[in-house]
Amino acid sequence: MSRYTLATSIFNRFTGLGLSLGLLLLVYWLTAVASGAQAQARATHLLSLPVAKLVYAALIIGYCYHFVAGIRHLVWDTGRGLERAQSQRSAWLVVLVSIVLMLVLGWCAFAGAQAP
Amino acid sequence: MSLRSPLGRVLGLGAAKQGVHHWWAQRLTSVALLPLSVWFVVSLLALPALDHATVVAWLRQGSTALLLILFLLVAAWHSQLGVRVVVEDYVHGNGVRTLTLVLLTFVHVLAAAAGVFAVLRVAFGVTA
Repeated sequence: MSRYTLATSIFNRFTGLGLSLGLLLLVYWLTAVASGAQAQARATHLLSLPVAKLVYAALIIGYCYHFVAGIRHLVWDTGRGLERAQSQRSAWLVVLVSIVLMLVLGWCAFAGAQAP
Repeated sequence: MSLRSPLGRVLGLGAAKQGVHHWWAQRLTSVALLPLSVWFVVSLLALPALDHATVVAWLRQGSTALLLILFLLVAAWHSQLGVRVVVEDYVHGNGVRTLTLVLLTFVHVLAAAAGVFAVLRVAFGVTA
């Protein structure tokens, strides 16, 4: 009956944890950039491995979902949208909007320009 | 016979503690991260390349360094608050939980400091 609330909540936590790891990755990259061209080249080599593409795809999925689901939580904090029918509708809206965002971001990152 | 008073034994055992502050900080950082994270993603994707010269030139623009430092600090704070809740919910046993929280807090502070330090090094031209 309320399985969708469980799923949306768990996935929000799960993506949040993934983004925390993404933050560590960003700090690693910035540290490499600050350590000079050679250090950055070494990091770029590591960050260009095929498996890194999977990590970027996961980060894009995680960011888009966490962003939209987070807005849903902020709306809830104002006391709105808490009726069962409303929250069911917003759960679907979050999934839909985040998938659209994932496709747009994924296209920009992988098809448009080059991936980091 | 313990030397602890009955009051001392129960103080701090309630559920509230720092709850309101945690709740407020979590919301504050969420709202701040909406524009900050969009700025970060868009400007990173807008870079023509990610080689050393391009990235350094990007970081040496005053607005980039400032916004990136803000993003790193707020994201690390938000992450710390979120990870803490997950640990409190899923890690059982007071000793293990406290140790996990201490280590994760250290990791977050270290990540934030290292990130800011790296941006400043590039922005002020200390790097090659």
